[in-house]
Amino acid sequence: MIAKRIIPCLDVRNGRVVKGVNFQGLADVSSPVELAQYYSGCGADELVFYDITASAEGRSLFTDILRQTAERVFTPLTVGGGIRTVDDFDRVLKCGADKVSVNSGAIRDPSLIPQAAKRYGDQCVVLSVDARRVDGQFRVFAKGGRVDTGLDAIQWIRSGVKNGAGEVVLNSIDTDGVKDGFDLEMLSAVCDVVDVPVIASGGAGCAEHFVTLFQTLPKVDAGLAASIFHFGEVKIPDLKQTLAEKGIPTRL
Amino acid sequence: MLAVVDYGVGNLFSLTCSLRAIGVEAEVTGDEEVLAAADRVILPGVGAFGDAAEALRRTGLDQAVLREAQTGKPLLGICLGMQLLLDYSTEYGRHRGLGLIPGAVRAIRPVVPAEYKVPHMGWNALHFPKGRPVSPLFRYIQEGDCVYFVHSYAGTDCGAHTIATAEYGPELTAAVAKDNVYGVQFHPEKSGTVGLNILKAFCEL
Repeated sequence: MIAKRIIPCLDVRNGRVVKGVNFQGLADVSSPVELAQYYSGCGADELVFYDITASAEGRSLFTDILRQTAERVFTPLTVGGGIRTVDDFDRVLKCGADKVSVNSGAIRDPSLIPQAAKRYGDQCVVLSVDARRVDGQFRVFAKGGRVDTGLDAIQWIRSGVKNGAGEVVLNSIDTDGVKDGFDLEMLSAVCDVVDVPVIASGGAGCAEHFVTLFQTLPKVDAGLAASIFHFGEVKIPDLKQTLAEKGIPTRL
Repeated sequence: MLAVVDYGVGNLFSLTCSLRAIGVEAEVTGDEEVLAAADRVILPGVGAFGDAAEALRRTGLDQAVLREAQTGKPLLGICLGMQLLLDYSTEYGRHRGLGLIPGAVRAIRPVVPAEYKVPHMGWNALHFPKGRPVSPLFRYIQEGDCVYFVHSYAGTDCGAHTIATAEYGPELTAAVAKDNVYGVQFHPEKSGTVGLNILKAFCEL
């Protein structure tokens, strides 16, 4: 039985880990390489590095950090942020990424997904979606959750998977930073239309939220969070112990 | 010296880093003489079986790998590299493998339950076959330890050469061995401490 995955997400800007609450008010937390090693040692099943740097210098700093991390951390690494072309896939895969997540880049150019899937395989392409409720619809937002694209999230995800995305990260802006639990309603709607792994993001505040997530939605494969791990509010070994006690398949 | 066979398929960065982490400097090479000088060999691989088998043949490295296996030095195939050790694959047509270990590579979709996702991707526990000694490849790990898989095809009909399986509906072939030739379907270089311990055991064979 495959284990449910627990995934800490590290937002990296100018070589430092930051975490936005509702994507605003960023604050430095720690060194990405050290934090990644720490999480890997605690039993994180996978790590996500999200590059939120805007400048070219920042981007090359990011790939240096990615390489240093891959030299020391021997668990799967997903990289996102600033992925606009197949060359961007190449740039991060060469530095040790296992999977690459696309978000705004795929909204700008939807052919990015099939192009990358053809070259690197579906399992390498992760479709990351920031969505929130607008007029009774789950709507896709771009640029770190700031811009309403007008796209219906369920349709967008369905077409992304059809075009070759091998995994979906669904981040609910409505629950992100609120720490009141994952957005089960939105996740359920996504699970109904895709048959690739779905990673839940946004809203985890305690271990019980992960238990509820996996018990309510067996089709969700992983839970992703950032600040609750960075600030030690939820400790990964304790979280995994809790999941195991509840009979949820876990890697201990 | 440990040689990693470079036939232009896949990214060897993580593999060489993980070997360095256990104190082994690997030589990534497509040179038959370097392979001949190595005391052990790793055959990596990702992507489609047919393309990889063709790349091995085109570079003549298929014969070199067969020669090194015959000398008795330890050989480890990883992921697609493991599948290449078997007789043939049915991935997009029928393609011949190296035939070092009996078995055929087939799609897992028809054998796993409909609600299970394919590829089989993520951490899954290793099971060792009952009633047989545990392979020396696993001397530093335990039954039930999790390793990281990413695959849509798997070895079948490997019989007594199966040294580990992972449950995904049915038990899928996770590792095979015959004499000095070993293969793992999972990625030891992405399987944390458990994976490093498997690589360490291989380097001590």
